[in-house]
Parts: sequence; structure tokens; C-alpha cells
Amino acid sequence: MARAVVTVPARATRGEIVEVKTLAQHPMETGFRRTQTGELIPRDIIRRFTCTYNGTEVYRVELHPAMSANPLIAFSTIAAETGTLAFQWVGDNGYSVTETASISVE
Amino acid sequence: MGTTRREFLILAAISLAVPEAARAQLDPNLAANRKAAFQEALRRIVGDAQVRRGRVKLRLPPLIDNGNSVPLAVAVESPMTQADHVRAIHVLTEKNPLPDVVSVRLGPRAGRATLATRVRLADTQSVTAIAQMSDGSFWSDSAEVVVTLSACLEEGLI
Repeated sequence: MARAVVTVPARATRGEIVEVKTLAQHPMETGFRRTQTGELIPRDIIRRFTCTYNGTEVYRVELHPAMSANPLIAFSTIAAETGTLAFQWVGDNGYSVTETASISVE
Repeated sequence: MGTTRREFLILAAISLAVPEAARAQLDPNLAANRKAAFQEALRRIVGDAQVRRGRVKLRLPPLIDNGNSVPLAVAVESPMTQADHVRAIHVLTEKNPLPDVVSVRLGPRAGRATLATRVRLADTQSVTAIAQMSDGSFWSDSAEVVVTLSACLEEGLI
């Protein structure tokens, strides 16, 4: 099954801006490539990525075929309170992967 | 309800104009079509609003060997407060088969308006990043990238 990796600092001070890095395992087939016999390889990409912090959406990405395989998405968020960051990738052919990371804020 | 003379004349004018537009769509010149697609995507994002240069920083390597994985970073100058923040970041290309690359929705909770990712580039071209602020204004930045190995090798695209 498809895997995803996220990097979130384990602890942070309140109000600090923390870096979040995410990587999902996916070929991101563009739908423009052809096989050796000339048939078009159907599109198969991740369409949407969302990051929620204790239930509040902080970052949402719409992906298009021009994103590289195994899409890397790095962004930042404010460490508001101790809790979990939930990540979700949704794509073609029922692709759906979720991942969580906890952060303790003092 | 019958058609008035005025309505008839307007419809006639439209029906004469449409084949002209259709011919433009069938233009054999791929580059022109892609440029039109880019303009179309741009219009879809900004509407009639004016796009100003500045506040956005798009970082891309000036020369890249492999167009399949080009590191791209966007940073937008903004205090990211409830009153003044970046609402969205869009990245568009001029010569890819589809102009859209990635669109981001964010808010004050992001802390900083940044995005770092890897993209595919079909050709040596200019890449544009557009940011929409909470006050509705649009800001942009462009970068030229020379690609030696294209992401999607296809005929007709030079």
C-alpha cells in the first residue's frame, strides 16, 4: 500500500512557526505518456492534499499532472497548541492516504 | 415570444463570429495554443483583476538537467494576520501540456506563506507564481528555467 512520510518537530514553543515536510509515495502518471505500442497511459495522480491542525484546516493543495512523482510538499504552520496534525492525500482510482503527527507545545 | 429585429441581428453577428474563434482553436501552432491555455488559466484565477509584480518570490534553478523533478519554492511577503494574509498561491507554466501546476489555499494559521515542492517542466520556459491576498489583490513573480531533458517527450514541442 502506498506510503507517506511526514516530518513535524516533536516539540515547539507557543506561537512558533514550524516547518512541515510531507512526502507521498505515488507515480503521478500524467496521462500524456504513451506505451511502446502507442497507447496512452491513463492519468493517475493525487488531486488534493490537506493538512488539519486539531481539526482546523491550515493548508490545502490542489495538485495537477505537472507535479513530480512522489510529491513533496513543504510548508509552515504556527504551533498553536499541543495536538495532532492530520494529513490526507486523495487522488484518482480511489487513492487515499492519511497520516498523523503529534506536536507538543509549551 | 418572437425574435425582434435587434435580437436577430445580434444572434447573426455571434454566429458569424464563432467559426472564427473555432479556427483559432484549431491553430496548428502548438506554442500559440499553449500560450492561449496559459492566458485562459490566468484569467480563471485572477478574473479581471490586475496582477502586480512583487511581494512574491519564486525560486527555481536557472538550469536544470531533468525536467521531471525541478525544485520549486514560493515565498510571499505577508504578515499573515487575520486582517492581512495570503489566501492562495498558484503556479502556472507557459509550455507544459496543461498550464496549471499547483494551487495552494492557506490562511493566517500557516504562519508564513510558503510552498516548497518539485514539479515537472516540459520545456525551457517561464514559470509564474501568483498570490492572492486577503484584500483580493494579486501579486506575481516569474522565473526562466532552461531544461535540457524534457519531462514529457513528445513531438512538435520545441
